[in-house]
Amino acid sequence: MAQTETMILNMGPQHPSTHGVLRLELELDGETVVKATPHIGYLHTGFEKNMEYKTYHQCIPYTDRMDYLSTVSNNLAFTMAVEKLLGLEVPPRAECVRVIWAELNRIGSHLVWLATQALELGAATPFLYAFSEREKILDLFEMASGVRMMTSYNRIGGLMADLPAGWSEKLVEFLREFPAKVDEYETLLTNNPIWLRRTKGVGVLSGADALKYSLSGPNLRASGVNWDIRKSSPYLLYDQFDFRVPVGEVGDTFDRYIVRILEMRESVRIINQALKVLPTGPVRTDNPKVVFPEKERIKSSMEDLIHHFKLATEGFSPPAGEVYFSVEGPRGEMGYYIVSNGSNMPWRVRVRPPSFLNVQAIPFLIEGKMIPDVIAIVGSMDFVLGEVDR
Amino acid sequence: MIVELIQGFSLTLRRLFSRPITVQYPEQKRPSVPRARGLHRLERHENGLERCIGCGLCAAVCPAQCIYLEAAENTEEQRYSPGERYCKIYEINEFRCIFCGYCEEVCPVDAIILGPQMEFSMDNPKNFIYDKERLLVALESKGKLPAVPEADSRSSGLVTSSVS
Repeated sequence: MAQTETMILNMGPQHPSTHGVLRLELELDGETVVKATPHIGYLHTGFEKNMEYKTYHQCIPYTDRMDYLSTVSNNLAFTMAVEKLLGLEVPPRAECVRVIWAELNRIGSHLVWLATQALELGAATPFLYAFSEREKILDLFEMASGVRMMTSYNRIGGLMADLPAGWSEKLVEFLREFPAKVDEYETLLTNNPIWLRRTKGVGVLSGADALKYSLSGPNLRASGVNWDIRKSSPYLLYDQFDFRVPVGEVGDTFDRYIVRILEMRESVRIINQALKVLPTGPVRTDNPKVVFPEKERIKSSMEDLIHHFKLATEGFSPPAGEVYFSVEGPRGEMGYYIVSNGSNMPWRVRVRPPSFLNVQAIPFLIEGKMIPDVIAIVGSMDFVLGEVDR
Repeated sequence: MIVELIQGFSLTLRRLFSRPITVQYPEQKRPSVPRARGLHRLERHENGLERCIGCGLCAAVCPAQCIYLEAAENTEEQRYSPGERYCKIYEINEFRCIFCGYCEEVCPVDAIILGPQMEFSMDNPKNFIYDKERLLVALESKGKLPAVPEADSRSSGLVTSSVS
């Protein structure tokens, strides 16, 4: 009688299909995964700890760098959590621009997901097509904020600056072209027999299991649970816009794909509606105790200059207390839990990372599956290691 | 099954004849935007005096703590800036800098500006600590908007300028 024994294979941290530096320790029986253990921490940077030594204003660039594909929702969740702590209102124009940016960011993030997922399953064309469209979103970000990815465009109490001239026209042009591009991705993938064979029925996650693993966002909705923070507890102007929440049926890799495709289409609808109602006016609240005054004003008003100096050197001190605020990020519930002890720096910042929880469900999904399915499933969960490790 | 594949291939075939979008970097470069947050520079007034008054707001607000400056008093014989004070030492560690643009945002006299220069690779780590001499715009370009970086930035003198 021949004896078989299992073998340990380290997939990652340098494996191209682990989306960064995730190390999966796979115990294999032939080509079947018997046991999977994800090892994280290769990208640990101590963001949360660092923020305890920064003023609230200084924390904003840190949030970008956690999930570098959804920088805007990170900024948004953090700034809105601080605004909630302060009880600060944001001008309507800033709210509307925030919606537009968050949705653009969602499209951009889903495009990266689509591109990499398709590439990993052997389809190189959608990768190039999706990245060329994402480029236009990054150009829009660059035009308004000055950088392509680490935008830090949100500020506590509003935005960094108003949208530059010609930005909306460029956005309208993008929105006009983009739905046809989504059609192209669908032509390449949705009915493609190879794509279907690789994704249909692969990595099925039931709604109950998805909830058990605290999944959120597209991964949860692909499993048939209709839960979207934009609908369940609307923030910004989401309750005024008409959009659908795409929900999958089976919860397999294909559903996770189709949900994201539909979400991109819905995001376009939201941005179109937001552009129609985009009000004029200031983009920053006039509250010199917590929000930087306009630069023109500090040159003429002594009082504003003093406030400006005080804010830049010391920051502001919100009342002691704790606050949690979450937004619907491209990967799921993106939340910030901030504890303030009344000083000018947060006493504790805790991030509720959607990516970390997505990684958590991976062993459950891949155990008992073949190695090629591991690639399809791991890719479909959509995580960013910068956010997993923080 | 075949139909779907043909649809896909006809799409890629059509794309074959469309104009490529690739920018042939570094020969070609993407145009930079007015708000670009690249390499810093210290501005001058029209009359050639330095804008910086050494208030230190940029150093205070910097989340990466990459700015170091020391201020000193202007004298009648030695005048660097219009006000009472000027900055004697101004150093930015571009290795630490995260290009968030906060320094530019808080500067009350618009002295520090993040320019369009995005590419400054050098062979010596010491060269990434930019001192005042290298940050300050040249006298002849005072008061003007920044020049778009030269086509070949590798020979723009950034590498060769010495740091003790």
